[in-house]
Amino acid sequence: MNGEIRMVSASGILGYGFPEASLAAALKTRPHMIGVDGGSSDPGPHYLGSGKTLNSPLQMKRDLRLLLRGAMELNIPMMIGTCGGAGGEPHLQACAEIVREIAAEEGMHFKLALIHAEQHKDFLKRAIRDDAIHPLGKTAPLTEDTVDRASRIVGMMGPEPHLEALRNGAQVILAGRGTDPAPWVALATHHGLPPAPAWYAGKLLECACNAALPKKHDCLIATVGADYVEVEPANPELSCTPLSVSVQALHESASPIIRHEPGGTLDTSACVMQPVSERRVRISGMQWTPAPYTIKLEAAECAGYSAITFAGTRDPGLIGQLDSFIAAVIESSHTKIATLGIPRDRYRIVIRLYGKNGVMGDWEPLHETRSHEIGILAEVVGDTQEIANAALALMRVTLLHSDFPGRLCREGNMAFPFSPSDIERGAVYQFSMHHVIRTDDPLSMFPIEYQTI
Amino acid sequence: MVKLKDIAKACKSKNAGPFELTLDVMFDNPETFDKVRRCGVITRERIAALYGVSPSDVLLTEYPPALAYKATLPRRIVSGAIGDTDIYGAQQHAPLLDLELPL
Repeated sequence: MNGEIRMVSASGILGYGFPEASLAAALKTRPHMIGVDGGSSDPGPHYLGSGKTLNSPLQMKRDLRLLLRGAMELNIPMMIGTCGGAGGEPHLQACAEIVREIAAEEGMHFKLALIHAEQHKDFLKRAIRDDAIHPLGKTAPLTEDTVDRASRIVGMMGPEPHLEALRNGAQVILAGRGTDPAPWVALATHHGLPPAPAWYAGKLLECACNAALPKKHDCLIATVGADYVEVEPANPELSCTPLSVSVQALHESASPIIRHEPGGTLDTSACVMQPVSERRVRISGMQWTPAPYTIKLEAAECAGYSAITFAGTRDPGLIGQLDSFIAAVIESSHTKIATLGIPRDRYRIVIRLYGKNGVMGDWEPLHETRSHEIGILAEVVGDTQEIANAALALMRVTLLHSDFPGRLCREGNMAFPFSPSDIERGAVYQFSMHHVIRTDDPLSMFPIEYQTI
Repeated sequence: MVKLKDIAKACKSKNAGPFELTLDVMFDNPETFDKVRRCGVITRERIAALYGVSPSDVLLTEYPPALAYKATLPRRIVSGAIGDTDIYGAQQHAPLLDLELPL
């Protein structure tokens, strides 16, 4: 080893796909590992709450098969962070099942590490009593009730559990929820590189060719040295430029220069970017400042059961008095729902008006509605699906048939595009924790299980 | 006066985690970026006013390497919670588009 290591990220998220030729080109550079981030909280709380994977098994299997073949051919580690989208136990097991299937189909043998990220409620309640959990932003302190209500709770692991699995000889590492750069930081650390370039490389790699132009789901190669990182897309049609790499720092982060991670902060304010070629950029000057070790907690709880209906109105008279019409419909719906014996505190009505403020709600700066038609998405979230369905059905009838001043469209106020018009959405979830837990041991919350495949 | 949408290369919004929204404005060239910086219109008070939040809730960063401004503020409703309208936070940039700059 000449003090440099090369790491590959196949794509932005496991299952999003990448060109096979790009992976082949990346493997020709003899990388020390290949990996891909498997998760994101971006698609909302449904996946963490329900245990379902973000991408389908077919999508994940396609990507995993190519990555496993590459790792076996070069005898290098293959590492996946935040498996299955949300990184809970069902998400991790879904990925492990696919990996075992592929290994059986292809006659592969390796040591597999599964790193678990789900957290026990009793452990967290003890941590609350020990004053080890602290809120982020304006969030209130964590309560034991919030812990009890959660459908699923994960901790976002740092690189240490991946590093432990590498040191124990695992070649394929599948991890639950973690900070996105974790697999690459671990590999670089395993080869003796310091945290600043390791974290910088990890942050670029987790979104793969988001740091390239044109942005694509494609493979990115990072070469990491003691005080620099060089990045280059595997696909010759793509380029990394100082600007494209800088722009990546803006992506989905609160600050482009300060990034808080377990155990420290990455500061890129003094970074220098130099083009090495038309497609390759060298970055130096990143800094890592150690901080007390904390793990971010993520949880989803069931918010109720939802039913929705969608309709449109093309009546100018109604559109001209939309706000008072909707207010009257909601009030009338409440009255009718009460006759079913459903108390007001057991359901919530949400109306989204497309053509008025359906996208921005109260943040919409334009108050005058100029559309000639308005789309109405009516939702009821109830304590049970039965309540949601019944309340929504009454709401739908009330939208369709309520009178309003000057009404000419006396056979119906709404155009419903579907029969049946009401759609059950089942359980709906909400993110319920925005907290960190202080710990002295980066490993203890993330048990590692080894399997010989 | 010009509007931001007429001189920006990108003006976009996105979640920064489920609890925060981040707004990015990027320019084509250093000259435009410098003019915008000098005119002093993009401040956290101005962003806060556009979104009806308190200035203390807005983290504004000038980021010259990407010829960009980044502003991060709490989401109106946590991503996916009851009443949310934009899970990814990808369509909350419009109030910035008509921001007038004395250039």
